[in-house]
Amino acid sequence: MAAGDCTAIAEILRNQARGTMSGKPKLHYFNGRGRMETIRWLLAAAGVEFEESFLEKKEDLTKLQNDGSLLFQQVPMVEIDGMKLVQTRAIANYISTKYNLYGKDLKERALIDMYVEGLFDLNDLLMTHEILPADKKDQHFANMMDKAENRYLPVFEKVLKDHGKDFLVGNQLSRADVQLLEILIMAEEFKPDIFAKFPLLQSFKAKLGNIPTIKKFLQPGSQRKPPSDEKVVDQVMKIFYS
Amino acid sequence: MSGKPRLTYLNGRGRMESIRWLLAAAGVEEELTGFPSPLLLDGSLLFQQVPLVEIDGMKMVQTRAIMSYIAGKYNLHGKDLKERALIDMYVEGISDLMQMILMFPFSPPDAKEKNLESIKDRATNRYFPVFEKVLKQHGQDFLVGNKFSWADVQLMEAILAVEEKVPAVLSGFPQLQVFKTKMSNMPTIKKFLQPGSPRKPPPDAHYVETVLKVFKK
Repeated sequence: MAAGDCTAIAEILRNQARGTMSGKPKLHYFNGRGRMETIRWLLAAAGVEFEESFLEKKEDLTKLQNDGSLLFQQVPMVEIDGMKLVQTRAIANYISTKYNLYGKDLKERALIDMYVEGLFDLNDLLMTHEILPADKKDQHFANMMDKAENRYLPVFEKVLKDHGKDFLVGNQLSRADVQLLEILIMAEEFKPDIFAKFPLLQSFKAKLGNIPTIKKFLQPGSQRKPPSDEKVVDQVMKIFYS
Repeated sequence: MSGKPRLTYLNGRGRMESIRWLLAAAGVEEELTGFPSPLLLDGSLLFQQVPLVEIDGMKMVQTRAIMSYIAGKYNLHGKDLKERALIDMYVEGISDLMQMILMFPFSPPDAKEKNLESIKDRATNRYFPVFEKVLKQHGQDFLVGNKFSWADVQLMEAILAVEEKVPAVLSGFPQLQVFKTKMSNMPTIKKFLQPGSPRKPPPDAHYVETVLKVFKK
């Protein structure tokens, strides 16, 4: 049994008495990537099983708001360890610390945080592309790919080149690696030849993809979400922007 | 080398102001420096952006990374994982509100009134009620764990920033009024609120012009 499975089972046993019925973390969001996808990646990489409750219409959001489940009336919200956590970064920080994906000390954490904040900035660009009106998409696409190829990816290519190790920080798997992998896969969806200039990122992607928990998450049937299609975008507009 | 953290930014609030607040609240003196010369675009800036804070041998960028490091180092991040989660949630919520204030000076003239209304609405209906309730429920001086933390500093900064735009914004929030007074009287914060501290004035037209010029791309 992989280390991740033991962690997950121990977690379930610890949480039997409180929180969700199953003891597993429960994610509240729409059935698409958005801001929750990073959370799904982190939980999956840590080998933690989770449940999902999908918002499908505006009333689903209103209901959560009215029963006081959402501290600032927003999703993502994750029920975990007796808490209803909101705010993407707060949730990601908690999960990362709990499952040892946040470095071994304050300085490693600082490095991880810098990397991860850059990745969040790039993720924002990639994420907003889907919901832009058609006439704004082209220019946005050019800008986001420019930032990806000239501002962000070169940084991580260089980090890997400089220390020659498999992981970004401290020679062990951290959230920085998981979040970078998430971004690389998304960037490749937008531009299939994106790795032409980044050979080390290409081999990073292959290596990370072989870690059992991550390999499982990359397979069909996992809780990883596909890029949002028209139907999902439509749903998002109705739930949040109407 | 003075050993003091060195901050590199524009001569204005922007994204650096929250960092100045946190350092000041922790009683840490900063070494002042001007805006980056072209020399700094030599790889000192990981993602070609400021804020930059040189601290403990690191050239740190990304506002949240910097603040999280400072909070961790100076014991302003709670005593355990659960307190930290609470602090993180509060700080992230407040930072969403601060983002509106950050962007406000750059609103096109015809959007200014609407944006001001949004700030007032979000402050009074989404964010301040949460902290009013937190303080009321536990009856303690500080937001988390009965101890001064990053969350308290961030809330204090936000209260003052919103008040500059909406002077009577605390009128429906008696707990926050008491909180504001208590925070103002904490020695490190009191010092920061006095003239001559590293605190920057509200953005004016000159600041906006400088930002647009410098961050053109």
